[in-house]
Amino acid sequence: MLTNAVNRNIPEKINNKKLIPYQGEFALSPADAPVASYRKLKKRTPDMGNKIQRDLTAAIRSVGLKDGMTISFHHGFRDGDLTVLPVLEAIRALGIKNLTLAPSSLTDVHDPVVEFIKDGTITHLESSGLRGKLGKAVSEGILENPVVLRTHGDRVRAIQAGELNIDVAFLAVASADEYGNATGCTGKNICGALGYAMVDAKYAANVVLITDNLVSYPCSPISIDQSDVDCVVVVDQIGDSALIGKGAARTTRDPKQLLIAENTTKVIEYSGLFVEGFSVQTGVGAVPIAVTNFLGERMRTQNIHAAFALGGIGAAITRLHQEGYIQKILAVQSFDTEASAALCNDVTHIETETGTYANIFGNGCCINKLDICILSALEMDTHFNCNILTGSNGELRGALGGGPDCAGAARLSIMAMPLIRGRIPSIVDEVNTICTPGTSVDCVVTEYGVAVNTARNPDLTERLRKSGLKLFTMQQLKEMAERLTGKPEPIQYNRDKIVAVVEYRDGSIIDVVYQVLPE
Amino acid sequence: MVAEKIKLRRTMMYVSGSSPANIAQATIYGADSLMFDLEDSVSVNEKDAARFVIYHALKTIDFGDTETVVRINAINTETGRQDLEAIVRAKPDVIRLPKTSCAQDVWDAEAMIAKIERNIGFEEGTIKLMAALEDPSGILNAREIAKSSKRLIGMAIGAEDFVTSMKTTRSPLGVELATARGLLLMACREVGIYALDTVYSDINNDEGFLEEVKLIKQLGFDGKSCIHPRQIKPIHQVFTPTIKEIDYAIRTFGAIQEAEEKHSGVIALNGKMIDLPMVERARRVIRLADAAGILDGGAYGC
Repeated sequence: MLTNAVNRNIPEKINNKKLIPYQGEFALSPADAPVASYRKLKKRTPDMGNKIQRDLTAAIRSVGLKDGMTISFHHGFRDGDLTVLPVLEAIRALGIKNLTLAPSSLTDVHDPVVEFIKDGTITHLESSGLRGKLGKAVSEGILENPVVLRTHGDRVRAIQAGELNIDVAFLAVASADEYGNATGCTGKNICGALGYAMVDAKYAANVVLITDNLVSYPCSPISIDQSDVDCVVVVDQIGDSALIGKGAARTTRDPKQLLIAENTTKVIEYSGLFVEGFSVQTGVGAVPIAVTNFLGERMRTQNIHAAFALGGIGAAITRLHQEGYIQKILAVQSFDTEASAALCNDVTHIETETGTYANIFGNGCCINKLDICILSALEMDTHFNCNILTGSNGELRGALGGGPDCAGAARLSIMAMPLIRGRIPSIVDEVNTICTPGTSVDCVVTEYGVAVNTARNPDLTERLRKSGLKLFTMQQLKEMAERLTGKPEPIQYNRDKIVAVVEYRDGSIIDVVYQVLPE
Repeated sequence: MVAEKIKLRRTMMYVSGSSPANIAQATIYGADSLMFDLEDSVSVNEKDAARFVIYHALKTIDFGDTETVVRINAINTETGRQDLEAIVRAKPDVIRLPKTSCAQDVWDAEAMIAKIERNIGFEEGTIKLMAALEDPSGILNAREIAKSSKRLIGMAIGAEDFVTSMKTTRSPLGVELATARGLLLMACREVGIYALDTVYSDINNDEGFLEEVKLIKQLGFDGKSCIHPRQIKPIHQVFTPTIKEIDYAIRTFGAIQEAEEKHSGVIALNGKMIDLPMVERARRVIRLADAAGILDGGAYGC
């Protein structure tokens, strides 16, 4: 066992791979090696016709999927995804086993993946997160080898470093032509920006596009290029656009969430960074959307314009862009049809692939230019370390997303979250799983007030004194939470079995997740 | 020398005794007073549990500077008497008596509270009282109720019961409450206690709510009960002096000081004579602003 820079014990080897313990946000450099590619040169003459395959089975056969290979998907449809499970069923019907499933992420709708693990179709997982029954099953030890969990930026790094080799990417696209040009922003079921899918299209050895809207050649706009695509399959429905933002892109009337949002907006307002030409990533979810709305009010009344907004984009950001208060949008993911449609119609609403967005070894990513980001966590410790993966019972129930990427790069990283959730304190002595190191976090904003990480941001406390916000230390917030909830009993883990490793954005290991023992 | 800060009671937020989670986090929304309810929001079979929850909440949770009020059940009921026995021991700032119809209701409660205070070693008079007037008798007896006890810090209208007993319903303009509000206000002002307005039940009608808040502010009320955290901010905005009002008040005191220095008997501001009621209003604006924490130090002779 090795101890990393956030004092977590990391095994020296897992899955026959030597692990590098986390050493600090920018401590590591990439190996002196070319960007990895398993893409072969491919010949396609004019007489070979189009790339359409009649169904998923034919497509799987055509790209030569075999036992032991790695397959990937994008999660742009989130809870509206209707692609992953039909593809897995087609693979199972062909008797292909022992696959690594390495999508950009998995959501609650992917609970049935558990069945494909049980029958041996899938034997290894690499993802941004795991939730629902799948998260529970993995936490209970259904897989022999630990899952590898990566941030959005780290996934691209891993692909380029040759650590994640995708044999076949199955990519749902809202419209495609017969030769493999595709977009996410026109069609029957749109998902807007294809930021996640663009990476897989570029680096997977084979690419299968799945669409429910075949258009005449050439499809436009082009987000995925024909030269990256091996075949195209037309299905009845690739996903449900209405479910992309389900639970994530809603406008809240909950007073506690609104209070956290108001406090967060005040932090931004008084941070010293809320000036003409600032940049922001607010994200989606009840609190971030409310922050976007409150921030918009401040931008209008104080006549302050943002140079750009970044990341997952919803209607609230899109409207500020259309009003002229945000000059440009760099969209990795679109959360609703309003954002998707805007992507299609406005050249200053720019589709951005995940590597450009957040790859630490990508020769300068967008988040390096980011002033303010708003993030959340399931729990934080008194050193500002954040857990965004495991719940209060120790089970996997979240995703890294771009959180650790943005926190590490942005000038002001704000964690906005309730001090208590139900009867569970959110600020504790030690988090279950460290995902974002405390050194990346400037402050935490709760319904009670704010705690500033003075080690990272020595000036912020003084600036916030003028805001009227109540300022606390993390220790004080933790004690306030414990006075209301008591101190939870420690979770019982089987320390002999690691069920997941958590990579930091540079590929080092920031933490591991152990098997949860039955209660 | 700045006078003692006014106790602000712009907002008194109801928090049901049947909702422990809401009780635990009730302070976060910034209401001036929290009113933990054992009466109408608690069903008959949950009265014991709610009393238990509120008792322990008052004993264990730090509510900081927020005033704690408990609305008990009517004390002519067994439940109400049990409420008093438990709640006085938890030492809230104020106990609110529902459906107060006459001074005797207050005297009865006062006697019971005093007895409990003596039994447990509290200084007599520790627990303050508020009376809710909810029927025509209460409103018509408002003067005698207002004068009934030194413990009484204010009176409030309970509009829903009142309009029902008046054979009417509540309307957007509140004409049905005009007389009651007027009588209650005058009774409160006569003895110098707080006058608090009733709740606005339609929590989704932000516009109608704001209209009512402005109306009762103009009538002269000190504040309003509210049933949802979202209602707090608009009330505070209406009841907190504006920068313009504060500026005018400061200039009023400046003019007084200037007149004193010049030994002038006539005090004028912008060519307008300042009379005593204007000075009194300016003093109140400054004290309200000071209490709301929006005054940057300084003494303004009030």
